[in-house]
Amino acid sequence: MLAELKKPAVETRIHAQTANNKRDVYQIDQLNLWYGADQALKNIDMKIAENEITAVIGPSGCGKSTFIQTLNRMTELIPSVRTSGSIYYRSQNIFDKSFRVEQLRTKVGMVFQKPNPFPKSIFENVVYGPKIHGIKDKRLLADIAEKSLKGAALWEEVKDRLKENATGLSGGQQQRLCIARCLAVEPDVILMDEPTSALDPISTLKIEELVTELKEKYSIVMVTHNMQQAARVSDKTAFFLNGEVIEYDETARMFSSPRDSRTEGYISGRFG
Amino acid sequence: MNEQSSPSVRERIERNTKRRGMTKLTETLMPNVFLICAIISILTTIGIIITLISETLSFFQAVSIIEFMMSSEWYPLHNDASYGIRPLLTGTLVIAFIAMCIAIPFGLASAIFLSEYASDKTRRTVKPILEVLAGVPTIVYGFFALTFVTPILQHLIPSLSIYNALSPGIVVGIMIIPMVASLSEDAMSAVPDSLRQGAFALGSTRLEVAVKVVLPAAFSGIIASFVLAVSRAIGETMIVTVAGGANPTASIDITSAVQTMTAYIVQISLGDAGYGTTEYYSIYAVGMTLFIFTLIMNLLAHFISKRFREVY
Ligand SMILES: Nc1ncnc2c1ncn2[C@@H]1O[C@H](COP(=O)(O)OP(=O)(O)OP(=O)(O)O)[C@@H](O)[C@H]1O
Ligand SMILES: [Mg+2]
Repeated sequence: MLAELKKPAVETRIHAQTANNKRDVYQIDQLNLWYGADQALKNIDMKIAENEITAVIGPSGCGKSTFIQTLNRMTELIPSVRTSGSIYYRSQNIFDKSFRVEQLRTKVGMVFQKPNPFPKSIFENVVYGPKIHGIKDKRLLADIAEKSLKGAALWEEVKDRLKENATGLSGGQQQRLCIARCLAVEPDVILMDEPTSALDPISTLKIEELVTELKEKYSIVMVTHNMQQAARVSDKTAFFLNGEVIEYDETARMFSSPRDSRTEGYISGRFG
Repeated sequence: MNEQSSPSVRERIERNTKRRGMTKLTETLMPNVFLICAIISILTTIGIIITLISETLSFFQAVSIIEFMMSSEWYPLHNDASYGIRPLLTGTLVIAFIAMCIAIPFGLASAIFLSEYASDKTRRTVKPILEVLAGVPTIVYGFFALTFVTPILQHLIPSLSIYNALSPGIVVGIMIIPMVASLSEDAMSAVPDSLRQGAFALGSTRLEVAVKVVLPAAFSGIIASFVLAVSRAIGETMIVTVAGGANPTASIDITSAVQTMTAYIVQISLGDAGYGTTEYYSIYAVGMTLFIFTLIMNLLAHFISKRFREVY
C-alpha cells in the first residue's frame, strides 16, 4: 500500500479531454500552495470546462477545499498562504496584480459546507450581493429575489415569509438559500464545498437535482465525500491525494475503469 | 514496568478512596462557607440600597418631591434653599453626551480596525494596551482635563472658562473609548468567520464585510457596549469634580462651569454638612437618582444583549 502511494504519478499533466467543443472556464498551470511551510497543493494542472459539473474527490486533508478556494482566491484571506503557478479564468490570470479579486468573486460564486446565511431576513440574504454591487431599484431586487429563490427550488417554501430571519430555516433550506444568494449575482461559475454533507438524504437529493439543473447555465465545481454523489451528478471527476491530482477524467470512465490503482482503491472504498 | 513490586493504579486509587472518606466533613462544610460569603455580599448591597432609600425618604420629608423634580434651581446652601434636581441632571447628561460623541466613533472605529483589519499580532499587542488604559485612575484623567485639555481648548475657544463641561466631557469620552472598543470588539469577534467568508465570496470588499455583515451581526453587543459606556459616563466622578466646576445650572452651555450629580455628592461629602440637615440628606436623594439612572442603563444593556442576541 505504501509503495503504491509513493509510486510517482505516471502522468504529471493530466488534462481531461474537452469533449464536444466546450470552452474552458479555468485553466490551471503548475499550481502550488503552501500553508506556512506545509505544502497543501502540488503542481496542479487542470482544465475545467464550461457548463459541466466537475467533482473533486479524495480523502480528508488531501487539499480539496484548499483547491476550490484558490479558484476564487478565498485562500488569500489566510495570512500564512503562499501560492505559485497560474490560474486562468476565462484566459485571465487571476493572480495578476491588475485582476480585481472582488470582480472574480462576483463571477465565481461559492457555496460552503456549512450553510452560512447572514443573520438577516431571507429577502435581505438573497439581495445582499446585488445590493453591494449597486442595484438599488426595489422592484428589480424583488424580481431578483424571486428568480433566485425559484432557481434554488426554495421559493414555494419561503415566499410567504421573506421578511423572517433566515436563521429560522432548516439546514437544508438554509443551504438552498445560500445557493439562491449565490445565484442572485448571476455568476458564471459556482464552487461548492461538500454542499450536502450537513444535510439529510431528502435535502441532499433536492440539492443534487438542483445542481444538475443549474449546469445548464453555470459551470460547477463540487467537492464531495460521497462517491455515489460524484457518480450521479458530475461530468468529470478529479481525484486528489496528498495535494496532487492523481487522476482527472470523465466521471463515467473513471468510475468504470480507473487508470491509477490509487484511484481504484479510493473509489472502491479500500482507503480514505 | 515492574508491576509486581509497586501497587497497581487500581490499588492506589482504592487506597486513596478510603482516605478520601475523611474529607466528607469538608465536602459538607465548604458549600456552606461559599453560601455565607455569597449571602454577605448580597446583604451588603441590600443594606446600601435600604440606607439609600430611607435617607432619601427623610429628605423628601423636608423637600417636596414635586420641587425636587420640577424646580430648575439647585441652591442647597442658600438661606432659602432650592432643591431642583434638573441642573445636576443637565450637567450629568451634557457631560455624558459629549463623552459619547467622542467614545462612540473612536471606540467603534478602533473595534472595527482590531476585529476586521488588524493582524493577529497587532490585536494581541493593542488589546492589552486598551485594557491598561481602562485601569488608569480617573483622578489622573481629571488633572489631564484641567491642566492639559482645558488650556488647549481655551486657545480654540477664548470664551471658555477654566471650569467647563466640554473638557471633562471629552476626557470622560477618552476614558471610556477602551471600554467601547474592547466590548464592541468582543461582539464583533464573536461573529463567526463563516459569515465573513460568505460575504467575501459574493465579491464584498473588506469594508463592506465589516459594515454590512459584521456590524449588523454584532449589533446587540455593540449597542450594549454603548449603553454600558453611557452608564459609566453618568457615574464618572473625579474627572467632572476636578475639571467641571461646581455650578449647577439648568442651561446648556458647554463652555461654562457645570455640576454633575456625582460632583455635587463629592462637594457636600467633603464640606461640613451637619448630620441630619437637609443638605446632608440631599446627597442621598441625588445618589438615589444616580442609582436609578445607572440601574436602568445596566438593565437596558442586559436586556438588549439578551433579547436581540443574534443566533448564527
Ligand atoms: N488554514 C489552514 N492553515 C494551515 N493548514 C491548513 C489550513 N487549512 C487547511 N490546511 C491543511 O491543508 C491540507 C488540506 O486541507 P483541506 O482543508 O484542503 O483538505 P480537504 O481535502 O478539504 O479535507 P476535508 O475532506 O476533511 O474537508 C490539510 O493538511 C490541512 O491540514
Ligand atoms: Mg474540506
